[in-house]
Amino acid sequence: MARTHDMGGRPDDAPLNLEEHTLADWEVVADALSVALGTRGLRTTDEHRRAMENMPADDYLALSYYERWVVGTEALLVEKGILTREEIDRKMAEIEATWGVS
Amino acid sequence: MKFRPGDLVRVQTFAPTTHVRTPAYVRGKQGWIERVQGEFRNPESLAYAGDGLPPQPLYMVGFRQVDLWQDRYAESPADSLYVDIYEHWLEPSASLEGTQ
Repeated sequence: MARTHDMGGRPDDAPLNLEEHTLADWEVVADALSVALGTRGLRTTDEHRRAMENMPADDYLALSYYERWVVGTEALLVEKGILTREEIDRKMAEIEATWGVS
Repeated sequence: MKFRPGDLVRVQTFAPTTHVRTPAYVRGKQGWIERVQGEFRNPESLAYAGDGLPPQPLYMVGFRQVDLWQDRYAESPADSLYVDIYEHWLEPSASLEGTQ
């Protein structure tokens, strides 16, 4: 039984959408942050993949590609004691208050 | 290095719930060593903050698409697919005949 992320041949034989698409700014930043953490020796690509793969299946399937990256990065930062959930949540609340977004 | 280009191999049928780089759809399938990619630190260790040592030989393994997908891939029977697979996921195989 393949794990959720291991999607070769699933869910069906429909052709993949191979059209180019532009990335949102936050997606570019999500990528840059993940790579920067690797350059600093704070995480490996394999750890990042493992963190994403360990998401509950419903969460994994509901998220977009870079949303998974962000969840994986956050999980590793907390796991390694670099940030706490409370620090991340507090910063998110600040950002939401400043920018009027959620 | 256990294998050389041209050797026939079968992919192990392990089904771990930990991080691996061998996709499920090639497990148990037969193919051939297309190329030796070199030796690399083991991602199954690196994924858990291990050092990935000793380095594991990595091979580009070729598969016939029809062997992987059977009648789901009937339109181009000559097509091949290539997947990079670490040595500990491979065992020698005598023949490509009878591949399921």
